[in-house]
Amino acid sequence: MSGTLLAPQHTALPYATPTRISAPFWDGVALGELRYQACTFCAFINVPPADVCRECQLTGLRWEVSAGRGSLYSWTVVYRPVTPAFEVVPYAPAIVDLDEGFQLVTCLVGIAPEDITPGMAVEVEFHRVHGDLHLPYFRPAG
Amino acid sequence: MSDPRAAIVGVHNTPQARRLEGTTSRKLISEAALGALDDAGLALADVDGVIGDIDTSSLIYDLRLGPAWQGGRFGVSAVPEAVSAVEAGEADVVLIVAAAAGTYNDRASTAPWTRPENEFVAPFGLFTAAEFALIARRHMIEYGTKPEQLATVAATIRNNGHHNPDAVYFGRGPFKPEDILASRMVADPFHLLDCAMTSEGGCALVVASADRIPDVATRPVYVLGASADYFGPAYRHPPSWDLAGRRGDHVNGQVGARAAERAFRRAGLSRRDVDVLELYDPFSFEIIRQLEAFGFCNPGEGGPFVEDGHIAITGSHPVTTDGGTMSFSHAGASPQMLQRVIRGVQQLRGQAGQLQVPGARVALCSGGGAGALFTSVVLLGTEA
Repeated sequence: MSGTLLAPQHTALPYATPTRISAPFWDGVALGELRYQACTFCAFINVPPADVCRECQLTGLRWEVSAGRGSLYSWTVVYRPVTPAFEVVPYAPAIVDLDEGFQLVTCLVGIAPEDITPGMAVEVEFHRVHGDLHLPYFRPAG
Repeated sequence: MSDPRAAIVGVHNTPQARRLEGTTSRKLISEAALGALDDAGLALADVDGVIGDIDTSSLIYDLRLGPAWQGGRFGVSAVPEAVSAVEAGEADVVLIVAAAAGTYNDRASTAPWTRPENEFVAPFGLFTAAEFALIARRHMIEYGTKPEQLATVAATIRNNGHHNPDAVYFGRGPFKPEDILASRMVADPFHLLDCAMTSEGGCALVVASADRIPDVATRPVYVLGASADYFGPAYRHPPSWDLAGRRGDHVNGQVGARAAERAFRRAGLSRRDVDVLELYDPFSFEIIRQLEAFGFCNPGEGGPFVEDGHIAITGSHPVTTDGGTMSFSHAGASPQMLQRVIRGVQQLRGQAGQLQVPGARVALCSGGGAGALFTSVVLLGTEA
């Protein structure tokens, strides 16, 4: 182990207002649940949430709760933040493969940039960033 | 029946600079449009079709071109759209124009066109460099592609710009791969010099029917084949190398492969027939990816392919000969893509100065990239 650990942001960030379709996902994050949609007809996982199943085109999507565990698919370490609102620099945007079979964009926390390895086991860690904004970050699995 | 062929008969770049003081996007559009029409030996009154950058219908009104055909495709795909419109008899002379100035003022943030607004992406601090880095990382994991190989791409393209008097970074080199690796890290594995710059400028092209070609001032350049691959909206979903659609033929990491196959088939050409590759270069790795996707080397071999001088101006596959978005210009979303086609036209006309690829007859131009979930391909030739 070496270096400073990556940490969550803690100021007002740019983010979009949830829609009718996405609100259950964000409500879940605020409650410490990582929710995703699965189709009741064909079982296809729809992430981000949808009105109609992207696979079978039927409208029978059901919210499930992920165990929040997976592996690291890809990552970067950003030293030049997109806006000054991202005060905690560097930060590490990543794509995680969840065990249930879908990918999420997130940021890694609780690890130094030089210790990140491809395929490493990760688990979700929820943070209230600012105001009503809660985000699902991922850390090395314990 | 008139001759159904259409050709690019006029091109123009306005001056490009990090900042063009005192100008606006709208002023640059007029300058670019008149410049390209002058290059073609045509006038505004000859134009009966328009593809604009953002608001084409306003442009038709403001240039007083109505009634005119209106197109809508983005980036390099606007060129085959214009050709199709002319060949289908929908218009005789199509003006394609785009410009940006005064739109990037908050320099504490990255450029506005690089920032996603989607709720599942924006709060994690992504922007184009990070999106494309997530793609590059997968290639490094799968194939062992090295930062030095990415740096070789950036040094090669920046050295082209170093020799291009019209480039924003003219005379700012020469660069060695070590210089790229020594620049500060932006989004690992991309150093500052692995990334496009931001700048201001405008550009335009004129596409006209063969009926008018005897009148035009310059040598026509033909679109021999073209297509575009899309996986979905840019910057809303994870920029995943392995994103696949239900046909399962190509993953997002190979986006543009389907388009290139179709363009080459239509043109009746092979990869060996291409003299110059005016590839879109938002980030160094994207060149390695496109060389693979377009079939110039095998999957995973793009890193070694760029190492041995293949892609230099004197090599077998010279790429991005004006200096691209890293050194020539990167103004707004659309101009920088259209400029790949403009450079292809300049090469085929023999107007590339000391960066001329001798005897260039076929150019491949591209736009987009896997980080943005789309890639467009246009094959240009001196003969229809």
